[in-house]
Parts: sequence; C-alpha cells; structure tokens
Amino acid sequence: MSIIQFDQVSLRFPRAPRPAVDRVTCQISAGELVVILGPSGCGKTTLLKMVNRLYEPTGGAIYLGGTNIRQLKATKLRQQIGYVIQQSGLFPHMTVADNIAVVPKLLGWSKPQIQMRIDELLHLVRLPPAEYRHRYPAQLSGGQQQRVGIARALAGDPATLLMDEPFGAIDAITRTALLDEILRLQRQLQKTILFVSHDVEEALRLADRIIVMREGQIVQFDTPFKLLTQPADSFVYSLLGADDMVRQLGLLRVSSAMIGLPADYTNGNKPSLSADDSLRDALSLILKTGAQELSVVQDGQPVGLLTLDHIRESALVGDGV
Amino acid sequence: MGFDVGYLTNNFSEVWALLLQHLQMTGLALLVAIALAVPIALLISRFRWLGLPIMGTLGILYTIPSLALIIFLVPLFGLNATSVVVAMVIYTQVILVRNLTVGLNSINPAVIEAARGMGMTAWQRWWRVQVPLVLPVFVAGVRIATIVSIAIATIGAKFNAGGLGKLLFDGIQTNRYDKIWAGSITVALLAFALNALLLWLEKQSNPLRRVKLS
Ligand SMILES: Nc1ncnc2c1ncn2[C@@H]1O[C@H](COP(=O)(O)OP(=O)(O)OP(=O)(O)O)[C@@H](O)[C@H]1O
Ligand SMILES: [Mg+2]
Repeated sequence: MSIIQFDQVSLRFPRAPRPAVDRVTCQISAGELVVILGPSGCGKTTLLKMVNRLYEPTGGAIYLGGTNIRQLKATKLRQQIGYVIQQSGLFPHMTVADNIAVVPKLLGWSKPQIQMRIDELLHLVRLPPAEYRHRYPAQLSGGQQQRVGIARALAGDPATLLMDEPFGAIDAITRTALLDEILRLQRQLQKTILFVSHDVEEALRLADRIIVMREGQIVQFDTPFKLLTQPADSFVYSLLGADDMVRQLGLLRVSSAMIGLPADYTNGNKPSLSADDSLRDALSLILKTGAQELSVVQDGQPVGLLTLDHIRESALVGDGV
Repeated sequence: MGFDVGYLTNNFSEVWALLLQHLQMTGLALLVAIALAVPIALLISRFRWLGLPIMGTLGILYTIPSLALIIFLVPLFGLNATSVVVAMVIYTQVILVRNLTVGLNSINPAVIEAARGMGMTAWQRWWRVQVPLVLPVFVAGVRIATIVSIAIATIGAKFNAGGLGKLLFDGIQTNRYDKIWAGSITVALLAFALNALLLWLEKQSNPLRRVKLS
C-alpha cells in the first residue's frame, strides 16, 4: 500500500555544478524501515524532501502506493506522510497537545477524536499526558521534544514516515533509548519509514535495509548483513567500518557462520549458545570457556557447530577489497 | 506659570474634543501605517535583497525633522490633517517594518519547514504559525509607533490639523499658561495610557510569558 518507488529521480539545484540527487532508482516495501546513509552533502535530505514534495525533482518520478505523487495536491500528500526533523520544529507558541493536534485538525477530525488521539500518542511515546499535555516546547528537554515531534508526525496515522536525522542533536544515551523506541514503534505500528542518518551505528541498528549514497547516487541498497559482508566497493567498505572486526562480529549472527552437525556428532558437554546470538557472543564464550567447539542450539535442539576458525573466516569475508 | 489645571476642568468638553481629534489622527495614521508595513515586511522577508534599499530609504526619511517633513508635504496634501497623517505614516514605517522583519526573520526556519511538511497551506502557515509568533514583537513596534505618532500629531496643530497641540500653540501665542498645562497634561496622560494598554497586549500575545508567570 505505502510502497515508495523512485524512478530515475534527479534534482539539480539552480546554478549547481552537479545534481544533488542523481538518477536514483529504488523501491521501498510497505512496512520496511530503510535508512539513507552517506557522508555530509551526498543528497540524503534532498532525496527525502522530494517524497513529501518540499523539493520537486528536476527529472524522474516518485510513486507512493503506485500513484505518481505529482498527481496529488502537495498539502494533501504531506498530511498523509509523517515528517520528523532534527531540531524537532515544534511550534513554540503551542502546547504539546496543540502541536500534536495540528494534522488531525487539518484532516478535519472531531474534537473528542483529536483529544483521544493526543492521549494515545503521548502514551505511545511514553510521556504521561497528565504531566505533558499542557507544557510548551520550551519546557521540555531535547529528547522529550523529539518524542513529541514523533507523536506529532504519527498523529494523522500516516502509513509513511520521513525522518531526517531526528536524533542528530541528542546525547548518546538518550539517543540509544529513542532508537529502541523507534524499533518498538515500528514493530507495533508497521509504518514504512525512510530514515536519514550519517551515523553508521544508528543505521546498522535500525535498518531493515540501508541505502548507501555518495554524491547524489545510490552506491548500494542492501541489508546491513550484506553491506558488511559483501560491500559493493571500497567506499561502502570504509564507510561501514567493515574493517572494524569487533563491530562486525557484533552484527553477524551465529547462524551465518556455523557448520551443520557432522554425522558422528556427540555433545560431550560442549558449551552451547543460540543461533540468533551474535558472533561476538560466540567469541567471548570461546575465550571464557577455553572450548575448541561450541554447539549451536535452536528451540532446545542442537543444529550446528562453531569453531574459532569459522568465526575468523566470516569476519574476513568483506576483506579482500 | 505654576501648575494649573483650571483650564482643563473648566473647558473639559473642548479638551475632550481635541483629544478625540488627536486620537483620530493617531489611529488613522497607525492603521494606514500597519496596512503598508505588513506587505512591505513580507516582501523583504521573502526577497532579502529588498531589505537594504527599503530600510535605507525609510531610515533616511526618519532622520528628517518632523516639522520639516510636514512642510514638504503641505504642497502635496494641503495645509490640513492629511499632510500630518502622511508624515506620521512615513515616520512609523521604519519602526513597524523593522520590527516586523526582525520578528519574521527570527522565526526558526525549522518551524516553518515543519509547518510546510505537515501540509499547511501558505494561508494556514501565516495565520497559525507566523502571526502568533511575530505578534509580541509586532505589538512592541506598534507601541513605539503610537508614542511617536502622538508626538507628531501634537505638532499637527501648526498645520491646521487640530488635536491637543492646539492648546499648546494657542497657549504659547497668547501667554496662557493654563492652556499649555491643559494641553501637556492631556498629551502625557494619553501617551501613558496607550503605552500601558499596548504593553499589556504585548504580554498577552506571548504565550510563553503567560506560562512563566503561572
Ligand atoms: N536549497 C538548496 N539550494 C542549493 N543547493 C542545495 C540546497 N540544498 C542542498 N543543496 C546542495 O545539495 C547537496 C546535497 O545536500 P543535502 O542537504 O541533501 O545533503 P545531506 O546528505 O542531507 O547532508 P547532511 O548530512 O550534511 O545533512 C549539497 O551539495 C548541498 O550543498
Ligand atoms: Mg541532511
């Protein structure tokens, strides 16, 4: 329903020497969380802003749920798409409740319906309504402002959410908490989310798939695992820090490196761990126990074996570039 | 020569009529001035390059003494209240346009972008976001413009425009200190009253201030 398709989308700003976004073609599935990742100035924000028509492409077309967005009225389109930006952009003269009510009001919802929605959303982003409803943005911390920003973006129940470095200006601890929150909301609400970031950790943590951009073009569009293990080129390789083996091990699952059970398998009190654990967990288990082999279990059944060599091999997959 | 409210109390209806005339001139000038200043400020905030020439011209006009400015205008508009009101409009433009432009430019661009991104039309953005945010600054400008207008309107009596200045100039010409007292007391009271009213409005228009007080 809320599939986003980019078809040869380009945007060249007036008098710019080269396009800010250059012939981007890709498709984002409904309910998918896609992070747009790349260095500063590579066109992430520009690409995002074309989806809600804050910018108009100079070439190509964008489709939302199969409809060319140019055929929709810009204001109507925007009311159907949640939008969260870095500095929250909350209206300073409105209370938290009034900020959240903006889009429902534009959509013409009834008053009681809007009031219920405000409370529902404040609960969702974990700001108790009794305490926060009547506050002004100036009376909130940065993290709380971003929560309200997210609640406001969700208010009209949009199927699609655009987020442009929403946590860029937030301290590391609050940021981690908010990222977990986004993952939780995503599982709960199943929105299609396009999330701009230039933070690799953030992208790897959040994304179903990552669009890696460079100078306006898509370099690679793949899952975090594929990006780490099969980077398209040295740019992706170094951007993702694939040479940081410890980080990579933390992202890869045991199931990706283990071998199947040999015919002569005997348990013999090997230490065991789950197939969903990370290779980093496996490594520390080996170091801690001094065992040669680990047995991998799933649903209580042994499904494979893992040795130090297997771990080393999988960590080196992305190397030879 | 000493403090004398005799004229004021004995000729209350005459003073009252002059006060109304004074208010009328000030009010008319402010209405016209605001009606001009809003579109000018909007133009400047949209096309930044207009700022320098417009503010420069208004600034130069502001340095002409008010008496001289009215004299320039008499051949154009006649020896009457119109010349005085036009002078008041010209004077208050600098104050109003500057305040409005500063106010509009001080709105966080992220706020405007959010408003656009949420699907507000230009009209909705203006009334629901820009106007409320600019209002406190704007009212502050109107307050200063009001005081300036009251002062210029006083000079207006020299040009047949009536108003409280009439008491002052008549008094000076005929050596009637009671008339001068009546005129100056009333002008001062008018200025204080309007200043207080607009200060109050300024506070009311700022939701953040209201919160901090509670
Ligand atoms: N309104 C504009 N007018 C002209 N050029 C622009 C405009 N906005 C962006 N650009 C240029 O387009 C390119 C891409 O900008 P964009 O804002 O999309 O980068 P970004 O990837 O979001 O970077 P960052 O991580 O710093 O936010 C840059 O070279 C930038 O200078
Ligand atoms: Mg950006």
